[in-house]
Amino acid sequence: MVDEGLRSELQKQGVFTTSLEELYNWGRKNSLWPLGFGLACCAIEMIAASMARFDLARFGSEVFRPSPRQADLMIVAGTVTKKMAPQVVRLYNQMPEPKYVIAMGACAISGGPFKQGYNVLKGIDRYIPVDIHIPGCPPRPEALVHALMELQKKIDQQTLTGDNRPRHLKANAPSEFPVPEFGEHDLEPSKNSEVWQPPKLTGPE
Amino acid sequence: MTVAEPSPYLTLALLAAGALVFALTPLALAWVWARVFSPQKPGCDKNAIYECGLESKGDAWVQFNSQYYLYAIIFLIFDVETIFLLPFAVSFTGLGVGAFIAMMVFLLLLAEGLVWAWQKGVLNWK
Repeated sequence: MVDEGLRSELQKQGVFTTSLEELYNWGRKNSLWPLGFGLACCAIEMIAASMARFDLARFGSEVFRPSPRQADLMIVAGTVTKKMAPQVVRLYNQMPEPKYVIAMGACAISGGPFKQGYNVLKGIDRYIPVDIHIPGCPPRPEALVHALMELQKKIDQQTLTGDNRPRHLKANAPSEFPVPEFGEHDLEPSKNSEVWQPPKLTGPE
Repeated sequence: MTVAEPSPYLTLALLAAGALVFALTPLALAWVWARVFSPQKPGCDKNAIYECGLESKGDAWVQFNSQYYLYAIIFLIFDVETIFLLPFAVSFTGLGVGAFIAMMVFLLLLAEGLVWAWQKGVLNWK
């Protein structure tokens, strides 16, 4: 690794140094192709974000793919009903690695205003690993752009070796997550324990 | 002493070899890159047919009913008829009685063909 001071000094002289890892992450973070997939009203904001006014193309992320085969970012935009949850997980499984998930809006992160309802999943992070959560009902396009920038920062910090490497480079990490099935009263299983644990309540000591 | 003249095809051979290297090097690099940085992790969902997240049902190799063929033939008759009718209609005022009768015979033949097909039961969908 080149020393930062030396690096900026070299840059002033017109010599640009980089590493394979940085080049790799730079390419990855600037070409995130989202899956063109909206579940509810948040999708309208997602569409707005991709259009000229908010212009997601500035971040290399305007290429919404209609097939999970070509996408590497899933924006869960909207209410995930229990009827829809298996399909969302299945689509996520069908995406190639490395893949990332943005849970957009109150519904996708927690069930939102429908949290008390019998038919709404209380957050998609119960089944798939979510990288960025954006609150809001719906979040403004700026919030989605912010989430994308945060995700870019996250990708930039990933390394090719070591514990911080992306999941697909870990030999024993799962490539697919179990798809829930319709049970008698609820989805079975009701959560993927490897991905999500119920928050622990801690009282005053 | 003269230097042996190189074969005139030498340049072509060299260019072909160069072209091959240019074409194969990126492919080889992509292959190495894929081996090192994106190890394959197949799974039953990932290998399944993509269909909006739902499991696909039935076979993709659907056979179309051969009755479409007869429909296409009958359609073609009237399609060609319009091609002949248009110039007839455009120069209608300048035509003699003979041309008019000839055209009517032509239309009658086509109409007769439709009646014949109708009677054969072609238009009944089975």
